[in-house]
Amino acid sequence: MSDLLVAENIVKSYGDYTALNKVSIAVPRGSIFGLLGPNGAGKTTLIRIINQITLPDHGKIYLDGEELKPDHVQQIGYLPEERGLYKSMKVGEQALYLAQLKGLSKSDAKKRLKYWFEKFEIGDWWNKKVQELSKGMAQKIQFIVTVMHQPKLLIFDEPFSGFDPINANLIKDEILQLRDEGATVIFSTHRMESVEELCEYIALIDKSNKILDGKLSDIKRDFRTNTFDIALDTNNRNIDVKAEISSKFQVSETTINTLGNDLALKIKLEEGTSSNDLLNYLSTKGKIAHFAEQIPNANDIFIKAVNQNK
Amino acid sequence: MSKLKLIIHREFIAKVRNKTFLVMTILSPLLVIGMSAFIGYLGKLNQENVRIIAYLDESKLFEDQDFEDTESVKYLNFSEDDYEVAKTKVDLSDYFGLLYIPKKDSIKDIASNVEFYSKKSPNIVVINSLENKIEERLRQVKMAQLGIDVEKLNDSKINADIKLLDFEGEKSSKLVNTLKSVLGMAGGYMIMMFIIIYGAMVMRSVIEEKTSRIVEVIISSVKPFQLMMGKIIGTALAGLLQFTIWGVLLLIVMVVASSVFGVDTLNVQGVSVPTEEAEVMKSIAKSDAQLVFEELKNLPIATMFFSFIIYFIGGYLLYSSIYAAIGAAVDNETDTQQFMLPVIIPLMLGVYIGFASVISDPHGPVATIFSMIPFTSPIVMLMRIPFGVAWWEIVISLLLLIGTFLLIVWFAAKIYRVGILMYGKKPSYKELYKWLKY
Repeated sequence: MSDLLVAENIVKSYGDYTALNKVSIAVPRGSIFGLLGPNGAGKTTLIRIINQITLPDHGKIYLDGEELKPDHVQQIGYLPEERGLYKSMKVGEQALYLAQLKGLSKSDAKKRLKYWFEKFEIGDWWNKKVQELSKGMAQKIQFIVTVMHQPKLLIFDEPFSGFDPINANLIKDEILQLRDEGATVIFSTHRMESVEELCEYIALIDKSNKILDGKLSDIKRDFRTNTFDIALDTNNRNIDVKAEISSKFQVSETTINTLGNDLALKIKLEEGTSSNDLLNYLSTKGKIAHFAEQIPNANDIFIKAVNQNK
Repeated sequence: MSKLKLIIHREFIAKVRNKTFLVMTILSPLLVIGMSAFIGYLGKLNQENVRIIAYLDESKLFEDQDFEDTESVKYLNFSEDDYEVAKTKVDLSDYFGLLYIPKKDSIKDIASNVEFYSKKSPNIVVINSLENKIEERLRQVKMAQLGIDVEKLNDSKINADIKLLDFEGEKSSKLVNTLKSVLGMAGGYMIMMFIIIYGAMVMRSVIEEKTSRIVEVIISSVKPFQLMMGKIIGTALAGLLQFTIWGVLLLIVMVVASSVFGVDTLNVQGVSVPTEEAEVMKSIAKSDAQLVFEELKNLPIATMFFSFIIYFIGGYLLYSSIYAAIGAAVDNETDTQQFMLPVIIPLMLGVYIGFASVISDPHGPVATIFSMIPFTSPIVMLMRIPFGVAWWEIVISLLLLIGTFLLIVWFAAKIYRVGILMYGKKPSYKELYKWLKY
């Protein structure tokens, strides 16, 4: 079994409204899996179904090859988007309580909390009430209680909201470390740059349907437009060379780099022409200063896929 | 520890550690006692203010002994004075009033022409006592006129004292009947208070979890139903602790107060008990303790005790799950108003029906029907039980209560499950109905 979590044909409706329509995903073990989609697409519903907070109308979820059962909550750590802590409860007591709800014994929970509190250098918060903490501080506690029972599967819904850039980085590094230690992570966010940094696999949900999923690098390849960024030193024959290239290839954009006098082009190749053909041709026209394929980023893919689904 | 236990433990600790809880637990009995002492003091103050009533008896039928001074009223004989003079005198003085008994030919004419002059309108107690005095004397005069021997007549008066027995030959007495009313009412009233105080506490605690947004974190570990039940049970335990502390504190203070200050403790209790009952309780206090003990033994103590426990639990669980559902449906306490009325009304109905109907006719149709309806049965049935209710009636009532409880908890749990994850919506009844189908 290479997939830790498999969701098969999940259907969930609220009255007349269908929140999820036959959505299937497979989350490979030890990976970071981005669950993406616009607001109201159904991501949170799917996450809640995985956490057994909501029951699906149809479809099945398998964790580690077993159909999801109540005991599995101990193997899942969930940081919801709508999160908080008991305000008038002390930090330490609260963390112990939440750890015990996840099935840890009191002494185990204490040991692990001590480790995390030391790691985040927040040992002196133990006897503080949550209402005395700042939002960022409370978020750190929230992160600790999510991961401290060492779950196989971690689910983070917008984990970086409420963190300043420094602490967001700290959390990002923790997530990567947890992944390296063997945890599988489902990561739901709108922040595409963090998807780019973290996610190996993604699934895109829009209007209750999964419209895209797979390895991020594969998806990027699929979304390539076969367009290349080129800069050419033509030895002051820019205008002529441009005309020559335009007659043979589809040039979408040209600028003349005044400083280096290079000719900059965007060329879209037609089916059947390889980048090598282009490269060979260009080498006869001048000195190639820059040659790179345009790779779409996660943001482009997101927008394109959602627009196509309209 | 199981998850339910963990939740119960947390809820209990959270409630007990709360500062309001501590303050209320200690302050409430002090407040009650302070209020009682204050009211008692005010009552005494009233009595110390002696009223002086002058009387002018033109009929010459009354004697001084008819107007005997009491602690609160002094009588002055103005019969020597003229009618107008007496009126002016009293008007100029700070006397309470003037009672004028005219001279007429017939006793009946006198009786219907007595007048009372006062600056302020007198209260009904004063007038009643004056009327009694006049009636008593005039009756004696009338009897003498008719040639009836007063001695013989008095001798002919018979006081019937019906001994109450049931068919098993168990004796009971009227005193015990009053005691039954008091016990039943106290039990029913306590259940209502408990439900209102601690049901609302459950509701607030649900709202708190919603507004602090911790609820989704929790229910990713436990079932919403477990969380709801843990909350309800934990709050109930805290409530029971508080009630017990109140009981013990009240007892201690009452014992101390009665031994140190000689305060009539029954007066203190009398504040919450209607005056009629207070009178009876006084008479109980005066009668032989042995007798009261014997009569207490006649009560179905075991049945009362166990039914109190069962109805208490049943009623509390029924209502507090409704409270929990309301808490889950709303975002803040101000939104709860529209849902509160349907909860409070059956509770109030139960208590009023108990006070009005059970006491006068414990086995009448109204009392019987409302002791079957699950929303009022914990209060009404509890009031009926001291009067002896057939076991099958209790069984039907309990079955209905348990059945309704299961149904309501099922509904409440559904609303709770959906509600706790709904933010920023002000729900209507229609919306809640939709949630049931999710």
